Amino acid sequence: MSFELPALPYAMDALEPHISKETLEYHYGKHHQTYVTNLNNLVAGTDNENKSLEEIVRSSSGGLFNNAAQVWNHTFYWNCLAPNAGGEPTGALADAINAKFGSFAAFKEEFTKTAIGTFGSGWAWLVKTAAGELELRSTSNAGTPLTEDGVTPLLTCDVWEHAYYVDTRNARPKYVENFWALVNWDFVAANFAA
Amino acid sequence: MSHTLPSLPYAYDALEPHLDARTMEIHHSKHHQTYVNGLNTALSDYPDLQALPVEKLLEDMNAIPEAIRGAIRNHGGGHANHSLFWLVMSPEGGGEPTGALGDAITATFGSFAQLKEKFNAAATTRFGSGWAWLAVDKQGQLVVTSTANQDSVISDGLTPILGLDVWEHAYYLHYQNRRPDYIQAFWNVINWNEVSQRFAATR
Repeated sequence: MSFELPALPYAMDALEPHISKETLEYHYGKHHQTYVTNLNNLVAGTDNENKSLEEIVRSSSGGLFNNAAQVWNHTFYWNCLAPNAGGEPTGALADAINAKFGSFAAFKEEFTKTAIGTFGSGWAWLVKTAAGELELRSTSNAGTPLTEDGVTPLLTCDVWEHAYYVDTRNARPKYVENFWALVNWDFVAANFAA
Repeated sequence: MSHTLPSLPYAYDALEPHLDARTMEIHHSKHHQTYVNGLNTALSDYPDLQALPVEKLLEDMNAIPEAIRGAIRNHGGGHANHSLFWLVMSPEGGGEPTGALGDAITATFGSFAQLKEKFNAAATTRFGSGWAWLAVDKQGQLVVTSTANQDSVISDGLTPILGLDVWEHAYYLHYQNRRPDYIQAFWNVINWNEVSQRFAATR
């Protein structure tokens, strides 16, 4: 069985003007697709062929990990975004954010700092620990909190340059600012409740 | 003394069509400038270190105060790496090295074609952001290697003589996801005179 590029949960131009159609055409159509293709080439004819994507991410290293984790990270990232989204979370997630960070504004500031401060290629994350607490993570390259025992990823922002270079060039802070207008809090809340 | 952005020895459009003017301008005036600024900020409370060339700072990272080690590694490395990068390219570049460097390449790698293959592999397989290098080790041997992010090979005891930036910002506007095409194009602009001089300086 081979892995497939999951359908983008919205049209390529649905995130405009915050993230352009051109960016999504490359980011989803080329980068994400390449990770899927590489992953399939790497698992073909091996024991990994029948494992789930999550199992491979949790048990691999090197090129296999890089491609598998990037497939997973990108699928998760697309789901974290939505057109007509943004705003602020409500309910239990909002309560947990307030409890941990003091306020939504303070959380936003901390997450933004994590995203901007991730040097090189990587990802910024909001996660839930085994104890049910919210925490932030910065991972390099393909790194993902999925490999941490008991940790549940809730929200991510891709800070590889390919995620924003077409739209905002070297201005990563501008991209992260745009990101907030697209956060799909329903998805994040569902991850939190799970 | 504060570090400053070196001016390019050629116009932003001089490396066209291999490296486009828009990329060169943003890469030099924005990205490199940001590393220079970050380096100066990190050094602001360390007047003794301000007097040293950035290569000297990178030589012994353990000697850098822990509070600024990460910033020196990233921003100092970024400044040193980019300063070299601009000089090892030229509008009159390309071709193959001759003389002592040409001989050393043949002796070490078998042929220029094999060096090229090895260097391209290093540049292509560097996952994420980083650099591919041709460097000289303490024994005077040529080595091909790659580093992550803005890590400098100087911190590994090597002297870089040729470097290729494979951060996406180095090629995304023109080549997008096609890093291998960018790597191929680089060979057309390599300033082998500069690389040869750097090699000679290690003898």
